[in-house]
Amino acid sequence: MTAGGVSIAVIMTIGLLAVIATRGLAHFWPADVIEATYQIPGEAPRVMAGELVQAEEVPRARLAAAGLPVEVKGGEFMTRELFKVGNRDVYGADFSWVVDEWMSDKKTPEKMVVMERREWGNFYGYLVNVKESGNLVAEGDAAWDELQKRITRIDELHAEITKLEKKDIGRINYGLEGLRLKKRSLELKDELSPAAQADLDAERAQWDAEYKVLETQLVALNKEFNRDTVTVKTVDGREQEISLGKVVRAYQPNAMGIGQKLSFYGAKVWEFVSDDPREANTEGGIFPAIFGTIMMTLIMAVIVTPFGVLAAIYLREYAKQGPLTRTIRIAVNNLAGVPAIVYGVFGLGFFVYVLGGSLDRIFFPEAAPAPTFGTPGLLWASLTLAILAVPVVIVATEEGLARIPRALREGSLALGATKAETLWKVVLPMASPAMMTGLILAVARAAGEVAPLMLVGVVKLAPSLPVDGNYPYLHLDQKIMHLGFHIYDVGFQSPNVEAARPLVYATALLLVLVIALLNLSAVFIRNHLREKYKALDH
Amino acid sequence: MNDLANETMTAPSNSSQRLDFNTPALLRKRRSRALKDRMARWYVSIGGLAVLAAITLIFFYLAYVVMPIFSGASIEAKTEQQPGWLAGEGKPLMLAVEEQNKVAMRLNTEGHVQFFAMKDGSALTNFDLPLPAGATITSHSEDQPGSRRTIIGLSNGQALVFKQNYAVSYPNNVKTITPVLQYPFGEEPIALDPQGRPLEHVAMNLNGDNLIISASTGNELHVLSMTNEENEFTGEVSQSQERLSLPQMAEPISSMLIDPRQQWLYVFNGKSAASVFDLRSKTLNGRYNLLSGNAEVTAVSPLLGGISLLIGNSLGGIDQWFMVRDNDGKSALTHIRGFQMSDSPITQFMPEERRKGFMALDAKGNMGIFHSTAHRTLLVEKVADGDAVAALSPRASRVLVESNGTLQTYKIDNPHPEVSWSSLWGKVWYENYDEPKYIWQSTSANSDFEPKLSLAPLTFGTLKAAFYAMLLAAPLAICAAIYTAYFMAPALRGKVKPVIELMEALPTVILGFFAGLFLAPYVEGHLPGIFSLLLLTPIGILLAAYGWSRLPERIRLIVPDGWEAALLIPVILLVAGGSLSMSGHMENWFFGGDMRLWLSNDLGIAFDQRNALVVGLAMGFAVIPNIYSIAEDAVFSVPKSLTFGSLALGATPWQTLTRVVILTASPGIFSALMIGLGRAVGETMIVLMATGNTPIMDMNIFEGLRTLAANVAVEMPESEVGSSHYRILFLSALVLLSFTFVMNTLAEIIRTRLRKKYASL
Repeated sequence: MTAGGVSIAVIMTIGLLAVIATRGLAHFWPADVIEATYQIPGEAPRVMAGELVQAEEVPRARLAAAGLPVEVKGGEFMTRELFKVGNRDVYGADFSWVVDEWMSDKKTPEKMVVMERREWGNFYGYLVNVKESGNLVAEGDAAWDELQKRITRIDELHAEITKLEKKDIGRINYGLEGLRLKKRSLELKDELSPAAQADLDAERAQWDAEYKVLETQLVALNKEFNRDTVTVKTVDGREQEISLGKVVRAYQPNAMGIGQKLSFYGAKVWEFVSDDPREANTEGGIFPAIFGTIMMTLIMAVIVTPFGVLAAIYLREYAKQGPLTRTIRIAVNNLAGVPAIVYGVFGLGFFVYVLGGSLDRIFFPEAAPAPTFGTPGLLWASLTLAILAVPVVIVATEEGLARIPRALREGSLALGATKAETLWKVVLPMASPAMMTGLILAVARAAGEVAPLMLVGVVKLAPSLPVDGNYPYLHLDQKIMHLGFHIYDVGFQSPNVEAARPLVYATALLLVLVIALLNLSAVFIRNHLREKYKALDH
Repeated sequence: MNDLANETMTAPSNSSQRLDFNTPALLRKRRSRALKDRMARWYVSIGGLAVLAAITLIFFYLAYVVMPIFSGASIEAKTEQQPGWLAGEGKPLMLAVEEQNKVAMRLNTEGHVQFFAMKDGSALTNFDLPLPAGATITSHSEDQPGSRRTIIGLSNGQALVFKQNYAVSYPNNVKTITPVLQYPFGEEPIALDPQGRPLEHVAMNLNGDNLIISASTGNELHVLSMTNEENEFTGEVSQSQERLSLPQMAEPISSMLIDPRQQWLYVFNGKSAASVFDLRSKTLNGRYNLLSGNAEVTAVSPLLGGISLLIGNSLGGIDQWFMVRDNDGKSALTHIRGFQMSDSPITQFMPEERRKGFMALDAKGNMGIFHSTAHRTLLVEKVADGDAVAALSPRASRVLVESNGTLQTYKIDNPHPEVSWSSLWGKVWYENYDEPKYIWQSTSANSDFEPKLSLAPLTFGTLKAAFYAMLLAAPLAICAAIYTAYFMAPALRGKVKPVIELMEALPTVILGFFAGLFLAPYVEGHLPGIFSLLLLTPIGILLAAYGWSRLPERIRLIVPDGWEAALLIPVILLVAGGSLSMSGHMENWFFGGDMRLWLSNDLGIAFDQRNALVVGLAMGFAVIPNIYSIAEDAVFSVPKSLTFGSLALGATPWQTLTRVVILTASPGIFSALMIGLGRAVGETMIVLMATGNTPIMDMNIFEGLRTLAANVAVEMPESEVGSSHYRILFLSALVLLSFTFVMNTLAEIIRTRLRKKYASL
């Protein structure tokens, strides 16, 4: 009987991971596109095409209750299938539920083209021709190769435009903002002399000139970018023209072999981890979220390690072991169990409003009323997480210190070393794996925590990364994106949840993998350590 | 401690080569080492203590933010003023203060209006109301709080409406406030009593362009409805008048109020009766006796929004009444709550213009500060000797009091009147509700709205979620812990423990998203399957065990002791798969094809897709490993001598387990449950994502809920810093912190005790 408990727990864990893994991984696979004739009884038949996403058996009665003209007779169940039909600009929705029984004439035509677009989601249909500035370039079978060639060109152009917009123009904007702040700061100090004003104006003129040059470049590039168009036809015969600038990639899944599919799969996975999100986070990659998570955890680790270790050493080596120390130890232990949201509230109230507010008043009066540090941001998110994770590090380090046999310490002291020397040369090196374990656990906890971050600096879409080419390179006041929050936001607040769902599964899988890896390595280090000290005890 | 710096070391004397440990270089080195040691000690101590202090700071900071909501109000008297102009002004009729607390107004009984500076009492502009020759002011009354409109009743049966207006301009970059008087219905007084008798009481209300005035002479009531109509083409304003005839009163009228929706006219007559007229149907709604015994109504006023009436009586008591609709849709004036201020008659009310608070004056010159919804008496203090007239500033930050020919300003500090113990945890009767309720509704589009900040539904939601989670997690985790620690083969144990530790490390956002996006729709589609799964799994396990014990020994011995769990995995998968695949059939057989419909139509149970069942499943998942690891630890550390002793005496393993092991480990298991509960209570992301976040109080497993933690996560980013709402969110965080802290500390203490006990065994 009791064995059942274990089995259920194990099954639940593995089942959960399996569901997330299959759903997350399947997303990138180029599934076959099915074309079929669909006829709801009593309505005209129509041709539709799409990828099969999900199929389920539904009792007849429930479909009837949903208002479908289901015949009463027949089997107990009907198969209901969810198709991704794409073409949101034409049909209004990406997805469509159909009843399997009413579909006929299923086939997977090789010429079927899927186009990923920068807006309006995927397109499913057939390629008609490719045009350059309105003039026909290729038609029929030749159009496909021409299209691929031109998409490569578009990709290069897109990269160039992004670089121009983000890097160069971003630098200019940053410079201009710096000038504005400088001027305001001089005004506040009453030191804005005509000479200083002239200096500022000259500098501004320089930036403006630079901007003019870039702007003309950008306009030219954009014109090039939108030069080509492609004419396509949906399966029910509607033709439309799509600017190639809107197309990310085009492929013919039904014509792909397994090898091609695998390489396509690899490309999609790479895009997922290395690209910016598109279409309100429902498409594209999650690179900014990964970067934000890593940045935040890194800063947290840098803060938390010295302080956590310091507190642990104090508690274990220096504090007098009495009831007070015991109480403190219990309290620290318990803080690890305090709900994370409480830390979030503290972070918002104390760090952001009190600390950040005062920093702004003292150091950035010129930016007022726009807050610099008095608003949620990277630094506060890291600090909040540090407070949250410090008990974990303290507990783990203390445990490590306690495991070091007394004999070693006494030996060192007997040889004439001072306490500090003993600590530095004997105790700490031996306890370092324990500290590592604590740090890894802390990082794992911090990486997976979302609730407090929602309050102190994580947003759904950060305009830029916290690290860039503008001085001081690391922008601690910026808001960041975060994997966990990304899951919450895309899964629950997205306008197109159905389309975003596979992406959420994939993101979840990534997060689980990272955290599982961190935890397993902590477990491994811990077990390894135990063995080592067991040997020392004898 | 080794005090090397000041010690000279002695070298072994019998050695032929004398080592000198006291060379200057070595001494220096020793001194620097000692210094380093001392510095390290200080550094570590200060650093360590600082970190610990920072951690405890959380608690104190939260408490510091929460504190102000429970502190009362305070007033601070400014200097008294006796400006020269005041001497010749006669008796005050009313006072008023404008928004910026810069300019005040005084109206005397002769119709002279004097504006003056609040700061020093110096006179600004003054006006004479355009009274007809020979007429004097016999009564006055103000429109709704914040309207700045006043009506005065005259001795010739006429009435005049005027409005204070304060124009703000910036000549030469200096903020200047220019007070003026306006007459929205013309400077010509409006005739109310055709016979020209003095109007003893007046009341008015302006709603859009529609003005209703009522006045009384003796027990006679005159009600007039007027509309300003603007001609769309010419822009000319014309007035239309209508005289409303209402049933007559038996007793003399003492005061009147008009509801701002212009539906009700409240007429107070006799000692303590109120007649309520429906102005739309022009009928009497009812006569209500407001007070018992000898008490008399001495002052009445609307509260902000005009729904509630404040009624002060001659015994110093204040009551709040409003119209409540009963089940038949009929409204009746109902007593909501009462306050006791002093023992002398209430003379004047000053309702706040931004909140549902009010102030009151009594005949002895005491002033009280109250909040209606929170049912709080914040302050009662003497502000004048004897009778006084006072005015409250629009932001409720100043009170201007005139008595015995002196003007006195008081500064009021009253930041959070709307929060009280009873409004946080008890049922509160809000305006427009037909009974007292627990409600959490912190924001709304309507400006007359009052925030409804009851923590009860949130706490209830928290406990409900925790309850369902524990229902699933507690038996599972404890069974698993007992098995792993007591029966399981060590090799298998080494494999199972990391899996469960991994379960513990799973970020809750993943569990939450899984519950919300996968589990919730799945459960909705497979309800019968889920329930049969919960029911059949234990039965299936028992059957499998029975079947196993009946198998011939040859087969049984293939599987070593302690590997039964592995055997059970296929059994459970079978049961689960079976019941889920049968789900649709069961729906067809028992529930007419759709269990959801059946639930709501046949049983009348509301069903939300994201409900407590889903939360229970997902959060149970999150709590299992917490309970498991501590319970397992407790069971595992039961001394082997006890179990061996029991087994040696002939008890079966099962008897040993139930009578020895569980009993000995029970405090440990209990502390595991407490830690699990603490975790379930504080969990945020799962409930945020897997429930509809509806703050309702209902134990129904198919409805949503909202927990304290999720509420903080949802509302904190939008909350205004320093507002009551902000502080209440901090309070809920503090409640969560204290709750989990107490739970964990108790659990920790129990565990330490237990460990000590085992150590002695």
